[in-house]
Amino acid sequence: MKNKISKLYLALVFLFLYAPITVLVVYSFNDSKSRGNWGGFTFKWYLELFKDRDIKTALYYTVTIAILAAVISTIVGTVSAIGIYNMKTSRMNFLLNINYLPIINPDIVTGIALMILFLSANIKLGFSSMLLAHITFDIPYVILSVLPKLKQLDNNITEAALDLGATPFYTLKKIIIPQIKPGIITGFLIAFTLSIDDFVISFFTTGSGVTNLSIEIYSMARRGISPTINALSSLMLVVVLGLLLIINKRTTIPTKE
Amino acid sequence: MKESIIEISNIVKKYDDVKVLNEISFNVYKNEFVTLLGPSGCGKTTTLRIIGGFETANEGKVLFEGKEINHLPPYKRQINTVFQNYALFPHMNVYENIAFGLKIKRLKDEIIENKVRRILKLVGLENFEKRDIDSLSGGQQQRIAIARALVNEPKVLLLDEPLGALDLKLRKDMQVELKNIQKSLGITFIYVTHDQEEALTMSDRIIVMKSGSIQQVGSPINIYNEPINSFVADFIGESNIISGVMKDDYQVSFLGKTFECVDYGFKKMENVHIVIRPEDIDIVKKDSGLINGEVKSVVFKGVHYEINVLAKNFEFLIQSTKSSKIGNYVGLDFNPDDLHVMREMHYE
Repeated sequence: MKNKISKLYLALVFLFLYAPITVLVVYSFNDSKSRGNWGGFTFKWYLELFKDRDIKTALYYTVTIAILAAVISTIVGTVSAIGIYNMKTSRMNFLLNINYLPIINPDIVTGIALMILFLSANIKLGFSSMLLAHITFDIPYVILSVLPKLKQLDNNITEAALDLGATPFYTLKKIIIPQIKPGIITGFLIAFTLSIDDFVISFFTTGSGVTNLSIEIYSMARRGISPTINALSSLMLVVVLGLLLIINKRTTIPTKE
Repeated sequence: MKESIIEISNIVKKYDDVKVLNEISFNVYKNEFVTLLGPSGCGKTTTLRIIGGFETANEGKVLFEGKEINHLPPYKRQINTVFQNYALFPHMNVYENIAFGLKIKRLKDEIIENKVRRILKLVGLENFEKRDIDSLSGGQQQRIAIARALVNEPKVLLLDEPLGALDLKLRKDMQVELKNIQKSLGITFIYVTHDQEEALTMSDRIIVMKSGSIQQVGSPINIYNEPINSFVADFIGESNIISGVMKDDYQVSFLGKTFECVDYGFKKMENVHIVIRPEDIDIVKKDSGLINGEVKSVVFKGVHYEINVLAKNFEFLIQSTKSSKIGNYVGLDFNPDDLHVMREMHYE
């Protein structure tokens, strides 16, 4: 009896969590403009999506910024992680706490803070300001995914490379990077995912016609809900879900060392 | 005239104000097999790491072929190291591991291939080039680690307890092999171990260390037969260490009796330690030896028996090829030159 109740409870929780998403996806295939009734199965909203110039521009910005931000933050984050790893424990903990701050900081605060910073530094709000903002919130996650791999690294292996005549830079390139690569790739994927689905920070740091998909959906929704929004949202859901599944698999199953 | 390749003079190393090396000085000669021997925490590995360039001494000098190398980074030293846990590169196969140092030197591919093949033959692992590191056994990984260091033809090879993780049989085989490699290549080996038997088997000279200081430097025979103090005596092989008093030159008194010995130059009535090796004591009939005692235990050890005999409150450890009966009263006999008299030294 107790078992049944707990199962029912679990089912309710999942229903509550996933019903909205299910409705969204199902209605993206609805061949009827009104949301109330089912007009048959169709792909036409998806096709319409790819005819819409605004959406195509938003997609372009989203992907470009996600790739650029992920690449840059992965490089900066990896280098920072290596630096932090080589610090004394007390300084390392201090820096790690600083690193957590942007993660727990509400997005709205980060967004507004960055906007004010850009304005006071005379950086025009647009593509580059949004890219900078994305790099900013991506870096802490990259650091957090690279650092554990560094801690697993056998100290003697680095010393062995130096011992065999490798300069510190060569050691970094040939020994350290290959061994922390799983962490770097995971960091890249997390950064890419965060960048693709960010709305709040992007909303405050963009300007003059540069929108990403989240902002585009938001402005479409304000004009009135059309089924294309369902289609677009469903696509984003699939992409982000796919990325999350990959990240999850990478972090739970230990890669062969 | 022997030529020094490494000179260590007055090295002091501190970690947060704790001295782990206290004015260490010694020389290593060309083509020599030197062992740093001591219990864990005696500073032997730190000394090795200073020679390798992984640690910098707070005071003192490290000379390599007469030139100071205190601040030379490891990658600029003509010294290679075999690490305790092998430290092989897990993302590379055997060939890439061994060729790592040669590639840095930008040697031609054919030359690298040749050298790798030759060194693999030397360590008895021919045709292992393509193997992954984690497919190798501990002993094989050990050989690859040695090959990876030796292939660079270093002038000095540092080995940090390289056989520690191997089982007894393999360890014995590797001891012989390492010694052969060292002889045939003519490379200077500096070897760190806490295993006294290993040190005695392989070394030309042994440096015995204890809590950051050198206790004694000498050949294995010299250190075994003439330990400078009771710590060395106790650490190098099993010993009977008895407190006594030096009555006069060649006269030492312990366990209530005065014995003839070969030592001299002590103050009269100076407190001393007397060391007698277990294999130097003979068990004879009661009253026909120098001292009488009761047999307390007899343990068969393969080649010999280990017999404990209680004589005047001191339990002697004796190694003998003949067994005894527990409870028997026997005599113990030894020669004057079996007594090693040394100044009293206090240690924890």
